[in-house]
Amino acid sequence: MYLDDQFRVKVGLAEMLKGGVIMDVTNAGQALIAEKAGASAVMALERVPADIRKEGGVARMAPISKIREIMQTVSIPVMAKARIGHFMEARVLEALEVDYIDESEVLTPADEEHHIAKRDFKVPFVCGARNLGEALRRIAEGAAMIRTKGEAGSGNIVEAVRHIRTIVKEMKQLTVLGPEELVAESKKHQAPLELIQYVAKHGKLPVPNFSAGGIATPADASLVMQLGAEAVFVGSGIFKSDDPEARARAIVKAATYYKDPAKLLEASEELGIGMHGLDIGKLPESELLQTRGW
Amino acid sequence: MIGVLALQGGYEAHARAIARAGGEACEVRTAEELQAVDGLIIPGGESTTMLKLLDRENLFEPLRAFGNAKPVFGTCAGAILLAREVSNPKQNSLGLVDIAVERNAYGRQLDSRVTSIEGENLGAMEAVFIRAPIIRRAGAGVKVIASYNGDPVLVEQGRHLVATFHPELSSDNLVHKYFLDKVAAQ
Repeated sequence: MYLDDQFRVKVGLAEMLKGGVIMDVTNAGQALIAEKAGASAVMALERVPADIRKEGGVARMAPISKIREIMQTVSIPVMAKARIGHFMEARVLEALEVDYIDESEVLTPADEEHHIAKRDFKVPFVCGARNLGEALRRIAEGAAMIRTKGEAGSGNIVEAVRHIRTIVKEMKQLTVLGPEELVAESKKHQAPLELIQYVAKHGKLPVPNFSAGGIATPADASLVMQLGAEAVFVGSGIFKSDDPEARARAIVKAATYYKDPAKLLEASEELGIGMHGLDIGKLPESELLQTRGW
Repeated sequence: MIGVLALQGGYEAHARAIARAGGEACEVRTAEELQAVDGLIIPGGESTTMLKLLDRENLFEPLRAFGNAKPVFGTCAGAILLAREVSNPKQNSLGLVDIAVERNAYGRQLDSRVTSIEGENLGAMEAVFIRAPIIRRAGAGVKVIASYNGDPVLVEQGRHLVATFHPELSSDNLVHKYFLDKVAAQ
């Protein structure tokens, strides 16, 4: 079921994004800067998460004219965000022929109980997760790529670190358990047994595992990749900084040379101060984006 | 030892495929690491991203020099980097194989597919195309091993091998075995 041809093609594109940086952009000008810096894909959205957080209101799929303009401007894959559960925004994005859809907690959820039934779509989906159970539920629904949720628009890496550490630790734990214990784990993680068994056998998710939510510096990108992320999404971190072009280039270099401190030093050399960050502990519960999604 | 260029893209899948085919693989990110390998795979991914990193990290010339002496196998974005000419849009390349390649020639992700092709002396094999390029021209010295819809998709010129699809995503290891044989023959 998880290995049919259509699903393999969806996962295939995610494989090709490994070791790269997917950058949030709101218009064609930003998309061009991202492509020139070496982004492996761009994510089209109406406002970057930091602005959504600041301005409030309902955050929806980006205007079609903007997404189309971005698709016409760059030759790298273009992703776009749909609201959680909003399968008609997703159908519109599919008709537009975007390369990937992010069913994202950054936008205001359209359904507080159900995510999109993603297996029915021809276009691939990426979804956020904070732990293994959430990741496997999204994969069961048809997501072909998982990313940590982190805390989008915060410029604070602490939540992305928490989420990637949790997912990696929970996967490691499964690898030492026996068959009857895996049944109990399936119940505990609220995830299908078949997927729990897959993770127990392979020690990894059946789809690529990326990181997002709070990455603002080259060292942040390298940190989450050392912890097990296979590529990074950068949202507000680039275009909310004083030096978007240099910063985008530096994060691309950091994602490739994430194991090499000397290269990371080179990448960080010319950068100024990053985006203004938020102390997550001081954010009221109602302002957290990561708790959206079920 | 086979190196897999690991700047960005499907490098892990290639390393696994080489292991399945009975070879040994390591990741290559620097000119020093390149010196230690007998053959190199340039994986799929975004050719624009790889080009920028090759340029900024001064890897372009070391890679071309490597290709002038040892076998290189390029898939998808790797095929684009090995080509003599690239279009849609026009971009720089290593020019190690006499082919002209058009990027994203089948369309966007929705046009990606899994199909079956026939390779000369290799038999039937699965071909996974993802936002694939098309080889629009193959020079006189280029041998076409397999085609799909009339376009060459697996070709070789001397020691080099080029696939516009992703053999690393299939479980038959025919193409990787073929490349290991080419490396061993050097």
